[in-house]
Amino acid sequence: MENLELIFSEIFLSLSIMFLLIFGVFKKNSSTLIQNISIIVLLITVVITFNETIGITEVKLFNGSIIIDYLSSFMKIITLLAAFLVLIISSSYLKTFKIFKIEYPILILSSVLGMMIMISSYDLIVFYMGLELQSLALYVLATFNRDQIKSSEAGLKYFVLSALSSGLLLYGCSLIYGFTGSTNFDVITDQLNSNEYTLTFGIVFILVGLAFKISAVPFHMWAPDVYEGSPTSVTLFFTMVPKIAALTVLIRFLYVPFINLFDQWQMILIFLSIASMVFGAIAAIGQRNLKRLIAYSSISHIGYAIAGLTTGTNEGIQSSIIYITIYILMNLGLFSCLLMLKRNENYYETLDDLSGLSKNHPLLSLSLLLILFSLAGIPPLAGFFAKFYVFKAVIEQSMYFLAIVGLLSTVIAAFYYLRIIKIIYFDKEKEKYDNDHGFWLKFSLSVSTVFILIYFIFPSQIIDAVSKINIIQ
Amino acid sequence: MTEIDLGHYLTLGAVIFSIGVIGIFLNRKNIIVILMSIELILLAVNINLVSFSIYLGDLSGQVFTLFILTVAAAEAAIGLAIIVVYYRNSGTIRVEQIDKLKG
Repeated sequence: MENLELIFSEIFLSLSIMFLLIFGVFKKNSSTLIQNISIIVLLITVVITFNETIGITEVKLFNGSIIIDYLSSFMKIITLLAAFLVLIISSSYLKTFKIFKIEYPILILSSVLGMMIMISSYDLIVFYMGLELQSLALYVLATFNRDQIKSSEAGLKYFVLSALSSGLLLYGCSLIYGFTGSTNFDVITDQLNSNEYTLTFGIVFILVGLAFKISAVPFHMWAPDVYEGSPTSVTLFFTMVPKIAALTVLIRFLYVPFINLFDQWQMILIFLSIASMVFGAIAAIGQRNLKRLIAYSSISHIGYAIAGLTTGTNEGIQSSIIYITIYILMNLGLFSCLLMLKRNENYYETLDDLSGLSKNHPLLSLSLLLILFSLAGIPPLAGFFAKFYVFKAVIEQSMYFLAIVGLLSTVIAAFYYLRIIKIIYFDKEKEKYDNDHGFWLKFSLSVSTVFILIYFIFPSQIIDAVSKINIIQ
Repeated sequence: MTEIDLGHYLTLGAVIFSIGVIGIFLNRKNIIVILMSIELILLAVNINLVSFSIYLGDLSGQVFTLFILTVAAAEAAIGLAIIVVYYRNSGTIRVEQIDKLKG
């Protein structure tokens, strides 16, 4: 009998989703109740994952098609906590647009379930099923404000491009399967060392598909449109949670089945990383809409996270995991601020709406200032350390060109972050925004700001947690 | 008469895959065509997987195909639903008119 208790968190989550769906159908007006139950379900799943799997070094289940190791447990817990934070701050936004329905938390839960399966996958079939479970829920989430043309257009674009990327990925999977004879990662690792050029073809297809999912340049074109059109709470989800799962899968693919072809994929990854960092920084300069601007900034942050993966060392992988963790917390703060720009049942999301914010809302402006400084990578805030670890790992491998381009694009990116700060502090003030924010919105903003501010006092906790992730033996 | 071997099936798969990808990018008329192109891509993958599975004598390729067929059905259902929602809002499904989000 397999060790079923190791995947108990997935089983619990899927049973809860089914229960909540039936419950939501039979009980009228149960949106708030279902929202609360979903939040509790996420927390319980965190506890289960933590208890069952945290001490385990590496176990493979179901004929080696699912892996439970330190990387998967860590990433699952981060995913669940990020989804929890998204759920607790989205209700007031959804209520304003009258889209506070039972489906919202259930869709988030099912995409989280898909991501957990992706993170644990050790077989092409399991990986594909997890990916699709995640994507199908995300298509609907992007279209969630279905009476608004922008949201439906965002959903349409996301659907077309994401389905295309899944198709490319699958084609790569079929080639890999054909030339190695198995869908299992261990067997693929053993078989994948010949100089067969078709295998490189398969790897390129899979990398293109994954680059679509994490929106790395040149496969980023969906991101700004989808981020702008989707409801803000869904955009927050898009910028945080799917990236964790996609990055984990990228790490797993590169460092387990493809590790013997390191020389071939390293150049591809360096290209993706440089292109994302530079393009994200330059394209964000012309944006007036904050959500579009965040989309471009997230593209450039993904570039830094990929830079850690190009090194081929455990330190590099760990640095990009730290990067994505810190990035998620900064993003949470940024979006909490965005969700506070509300006046008379209307949300504001352009740069001009921020002008003179500091006169009326000094506290909000101060936290926005800290978050933007941290995103720009100014010491001693958390964002600086995230970039520091990545560049340290890159320089240790003597990849100076990548490091220099990365640092230069940080300087370019600093321009638009600092311009937002200038608009907040030195431009003409506008009307006041509402001050009656919910407790959870304030809570998430303070969590993010305090983390950014005091990270340099306790950096070792997160480094210790991540340092147990050793993919390369 | 040459015998039909793996290479022929793979070529067929590659051709159908290319038709699908090109159909998405060159199509300027109708979103339904894009949906059809996505189905073509998935079918090409299925052809690949089944022919590999036969030639390798390994069943997991065919199992994979069954999963892909199921997911493709779900994906088409969600895609059509999104198109219906979009049509209700904008009154058109012409590809060149989907340009409300720009910048």
